[in-house]
Amino acid sequence: MRRQTVLVLYLANSALDSAVVGWSRYDGTGGTRHMAGDADEPPYRTGLDALKDGWRLFQASQLLPHQRGGEFDVSYLKYEFWFEQLSEVEA
Amino acid sequence: MNDLPLLGAHDMARFAARGFLRMDAVVPPDINAQFLREMGDIAPPEPGRKLRRTYGEMLANAGVPEVGAGVPLAQTYPQGSAMARMLALPVVAGAIRSLVGDDPVFDHHFLHVTFPPAYHAAGGGENVSQHTHQDSTIDPRQAFDLQIMYYPHDVTRDMGGTRFIPGTHLRKVSEAALGRYQNIRGQQHMVCEAGTLLFLHSGIWHGGGVNLSERTRTMFKVRINPGSSQVAKFDLSTLERPTGQRPIFYLKGPQPLSVEQILMTPEPWFEDDTGRLEFVNRVKFWRYLTGDAGYDADYWLTRLENLATA
Repeated sequence: MRRQTVLVLYLANSALDSAVVGWSRYDGTGGTRHMAGDADEPPYRTGLDALKDGWRLFQASQLLPHQRGGEFDVSYLKYEFWFEQLSEVEA
Repeated sequence: MNDLPLLGAHDMARFAARGFLRMDAVVPPDINAQFLREMGDIAPPEPGRKLRRTYGEMLANAGVPEVGAGVPLAQTYPQGSAMARMLALPVVAGAIRSLVGDDPVFDHHFLHVTFPPAYHAAGGGENVSQHTHQDSTIDPRQAFDLQIMYYPHDVTRDMGGTRFIPGTHLRKVSEAALGRYQNIRGQQHMVCEAGTLLFLHSGIWHGGGVNLSERTRTMFKVRINPGSSQVAKFDLSTLERPTGQRPIFYLKGPQPLSVEQILMTPEPWFEDDTGRLEFVNRVKFWRYLTGDAGYDADYWLTRLENLATA
C-alpha cells in the first residue's frame, strides 16, 4: 500500500530558498507521530534543502494584493509550502 | 495602592514587543502549597476509566469558585484563599495595574491539568500536545486582556509546560485556525520553579505541551479585562525622553538598551516583509500604551505619515 507523508514549511519570504521559520509534519505511514511543540529546530534550513533531500513540492501559497485599509494587518504565516513523500507500507 | 511596584518602561516595552512577562518563583511556597491543597487530589489512573471523567470529577471537587464573568477582580476570590493572597502580592498587583489599569475585571479562569502517559493508556486515549491557538476569538482591538498563568509546582521539560511563541500577540487570527503550525522558530516551553507567573497578552499564540513525566502538571489561568483606561499605567518616571530619532540601518556598532531597541528587536520567526509590519504595529501599540500619539521608533511611522502636504 502507498502512504503519504507530508511536510509543511513556512519560509521567510516567497522564495523557496529562503529560511524556514515554521514547520509541521504528518506521517501517513503511522511510523512516527508529530505534534505541536515536538521540535525546536527546523528539519531543513530552507525549502530548497527539503527538495534536495527528496521531498516533492505540491503546493505553495499565493502572493495576494494587500486589502486597502488593512495593509499593516498581520495574521497567519504567509509563505506556506507543502511537500510530500510517498512510501510503500505492508498491508 | 499608590505605592505598588509598577512595571518599568523597559519591562513594559518587552511586553509590548513580545507579548509576555515572566516572573520566576515570585509566589511564596506557603501560597503554592495552599493552592495545591485547595485544588485537592486527583484520582489515580484506572483501567477503562476515561480521562474526561477523571478531569470532570477533579474540576467538580477542586476549590475553585464559580464566578460570573465581569465581576471586579478584587471580589473574585474569597479572602484568605490562595488566589486572593497571590493576587495581592505587591509585585503581582503592580504588574496587573500596569497592564490593565486601576479597575481590573475578572473574565474567566480555568484549572489546566495535563496528565502523564499512564492516564491515557488506562483510558484508551492518545497523549498529545494541544494545538497552537489564540484564546477567545478574532480580536481587532488595540486594547487587550491579560492572562496570568500560575505554576504552583516545579515544571520540568518533560511535563510539557505551556508552549508560546513570543511576539505573535499582535496577529489577528481566529483561535484554532492556526492549529496546523506545529513548530515555530523561537517558541518557548515553560520550565520553571514553583510559584512562577507568566503574564500574557491575550493575543499570544500558545498551547499546552504533552506530559511525558510520571506526575500530573497543574497550571491555573486567570483572564483579566481592563475595567477602565489601560493607558500610561506603568511607571512613567522610568520612560526615557529621547530628543530625536536614533540612527537606522547604517550603524557602527550595537545600540544601547532603550525602549526603541527593545521594540525593534525581531523574533526568530519573523518573515522578512511582515517582520517590518510587526515593527509598525509595535510602534502603534506603544503609542496606545503611553498615550503618546506622536511616538515613533526607527522612523517606521514617521516615514509613512509624511504626506508631503506642508
